[in-house]
Amino acid sequence: MSESILQTTLSNGLKVQLKEIHTAPIISHWVWYRVGSRDEAPGLTGISHWVEHMQFKGTPKLPAGILDKAISRDGGFWNAFTYLDWTTFFETMPADKIDLALELESDRMFNCLYDPQEVESERTVIISEREGGENEPLFRLGEAVQSAAIRQHPYHHEVIGEKEDLRKITREDLYQHYRRYYLPNNAVLCLAGDFDTQKMLNRIEAVYGGLPAGQPGPHPQIQEPAHEAEERLVITGEGETTFLQVAYPAPAASHPDFFAYTLLDSLLAGPSGLNMFGGGGISNKTSRLYRALVEKELAVAVSGGLQATIDPFLYTATLTIHPARRFEEALQAFDDEIRRLQDEPITRAEIIRAAKQARAMFAYGSENITNQAFWLGYAEMFDHYEWFLNYVARLEQVTPEQVQRIAQTYLQPVRRVVGVYLPEKGASE
Amino acid sequence: MSAYPAVVNSSLPGPQDITRTVLPNGITVLARSNFNSQSVVISGYLQSGSIFDPAGKLGLANFTSLVLMRGTARRTFQQIYDELESVGASLGFNASVHNTGFGGRCLAEDLPMLLSLLSESLQQPVFPPADVERVRAQLLTRLAMRDQDTGDVADLAFEKEIFGDHPYGCPEDGNPETVRPITRDELADFHRRHYGPRGMVVAVVGAVSGDQAVDLVHQALGSWENTDQEPYPPLPEIKPLAATVRRHIPLPGKFQTDLVMGTIGPRRSSPHFHAASLGNSVLGQFGMMGRIGDVVREQSGLAYYASTSLNAWIDAGSWEISAGVNPANLQKAIDLILSELRKFVENGVSQEELKDSQTNFIGRLPLSLESNSGVANALLNIERFELGLDYYQRYADLISAVTPEMVLEAARAFIDPDKLAIISCGPEG
Repeated sequence: MSESILQTTLSNGLKVQLKEIHTAPIISHWVWYRVGSRDEAPGLTGISHWVEHMQFKGTPKLPAGILDKAISRDGGFWNAFTYLDWTTFFETMPADKIDLALELESDRMFNCLYDPQEVESERTVIISEREGGENEPLFRLGEAVQSAAIRQHPYHHEVIGEKEDLRKITREDLYQHYRRYYLPNNAVLCLAGDFDTQKMLNRIEAVYGGLPAGQPGPHPQIQEPAHEAEERLVITGEGETTFLQVAYPAPAASHPDFFAYTLLDSLLAGPSGLNMFGGGGISNKTSRLYRALVEKELAVAVSGGLQATIDPFLYTATLTIHPARRFEEALQAFDDEIRRLQDEPITRAEIIRAAKQARAMFAYGSENITNQAFWLGYAEMFDHYEWFLNYVARLEQVTPEQVQRIAQTYLQPVRRVVGVYLPEKGASE
Repeated sequence: MSAYPAVVNSSLPGPQDITRTVLPNGITVLARSNFNSQSVVISGYLQSGSIFDPAGKLGLANFTSLVLMRGTARRTFQQIYDELESVGASLGFNASVHNTGFGGRCLAEDLPMLLSLLSESLQQPVFPPADVERVRAQLLTRLAMRDQDTGDVADLAFEKEIFGDHPYGCPEDGNPETVRPITRDELADFHRRHYGPRGMVVAVVGAVSGDQAVDLVHQALGSWENTDQEPYPPLPEIKPLAATVRRHIPLPGKFQTDLVMGTIGPRRSSPHFHAASLGNSVLGQFGMMGRIGDVVREQSGLAYYASTSLNAWIDAGSWEISAGVNPANLQKAIDLILSELRKFVENGVSQEELKDSQTNFIGRLPLSLESNSGVANALLNIERFELGLDYYQRYADLISAVTPEMVLEAARAFIDPDKLAIISCGPEG
């Protein structure tokens, strides 16, 4: 992770990060905005994601329907994602066609129409997206656990938003949210691929340099109080499968504890990579939870989830319970594994192994230029690019004592929420 | 042809940089180097697909493939996965109709280890009884989840409707009642009769030279013989639908309805294949999911997703439209899609629409080939469908040669709007 990149900031505050890669005639272009569901007030949940959708509905210069055709015609692809802390838009194009991406992203930073009719038709699309999620037991369980584990901070709600808010949000709400956060000085522009850095920077200056800076909207300053007693919740629904999700508090990604926590997750539930495109993960069959739960036939699958976020969020472990077992049995075995981490220090060899796994996954992810451009901006959203560059080294520096302390401080029963999805015939009637 | 994008042929895989060798025992090895990253992908298949599943034992081929790595004559399950996961490598098997497929990745330094695990899993699996039961429980849980997934249920019913008793109409992962009675000895027997080097293909792509890749595969698998390996059975004929079939499958407790409609499509070797692919792109892929995406999602806001796909396999294919809609909008969505299909078979596509999709197909080719797994897929396509090593270099010409008349002919050859399978799954209708 030592390749050099160019980092600079235009006079209007737009941060720019460029990385030349000449392995294929491809360039990937990303604009990241510092706005996500974290920035949503009660009653307006889901608005950041909806704004992201409206950004595809056209400007006076580039009306809806023109852009997607133009991108496709050149053999490119584009998409966007909204998350807790950020919203990002990308285009990956044949290198000689990348100018279209620059033009369209600078245009839609300010000039989107938010046509009232388009707002209404998108309302149905987004409610339909949410209903697709509600079809899934794990979406319903995850939403319930997250909202029980986080009470006051806006991380309380899912990115998609609450259905009643999605029914009420107005065109004006959306437009204001757009204008408040879509500013050059609230954004990071990242390009990776087959270009000459100086020429690209000149072009960026010409296309983005004239956009006016503004006063970005506020971010929340809410500190989530610690839980003082374990909370349990049960969701019922159709099906035959029981799911268990346990959520513990986790630190911000920039917190010194974060890497030791990442290592703990890797040992407990298997390594997770930072690849969004290509690469994928590896299996977790030698992880502690797999051995204790799946090999012992208490569960059929386990996974862990630690998210890199600006404010403290959650660490979740999710278990698919074995059809012949009760969730209480699996929870007990799970607790035994947590206790083991609290009581016995891990070994240095386990740390070195986790670092090698991470190194391999970075090699897989670097095959893909879209993924490399994703990496340029991702860590900027919750820390700095250095966070990403130092990822493997910081995993290697973790000590057994740190991991033990993480287990003792964060993985306390009183600080957690335990959620169960229990299948019940006729639950929906 | 100057109106079409110029593709630098040398960047595309071709005879000049693909190594293809057939080992004496019948295994075909394909390799292509990429030293841009330290990673290597292996991918391939054997002739042991679900085509061999006995009627009451659907899922046998898939079940067999999932137990291969649960223990070999030399290593236990945990030893196998410890080798893999310790170096961040992965390896897995699954069955499709014609083949058992496998795929894995690792850092180049670990390739001999990965190939030796592949070889051991294929040649010396021991099917430990306790592991067979663990995998069965995992499979049954997955099937229970599948049968609660509105999209999966609609897909399976659609395939049954258009393919009947042909293996394309039967789920590769089986059904709970067919997976439950499969015995350990039946898995071992399936392995003995259907796993062998004849018809096996291995692609190796990444930081290794072509010659070295061939040598390593030869060392790992060159001595494998199986005189019991059975040839493919004859396949039943697929009869086109005589009239439209409309079916709603109620799943209580769901909020969204998944819709799958369509008909039989061309096989991969059909002379209509490229024309049908381009027509499919205009109909439900290009830009924001083509004409159907535009009408159903963009203009009417009826769905979170609406698109079409053309799946062309060895013996036949499917041409299908899928959408996720609110139950109240289901009929409206079906009507809109039907009217688009009628227009499509009456008038075909315009010269301009066709050209958009042609430039898209040609322009996106380098993007689909940038990662090692993308190249490995391409090499396997070349082999599976006998396309010729220069296929990707001829691709632009093949695509450019398609005319609107050819698209119309292909559309009429396969789509009759009065003879479709229309399947939905969601809340009670």
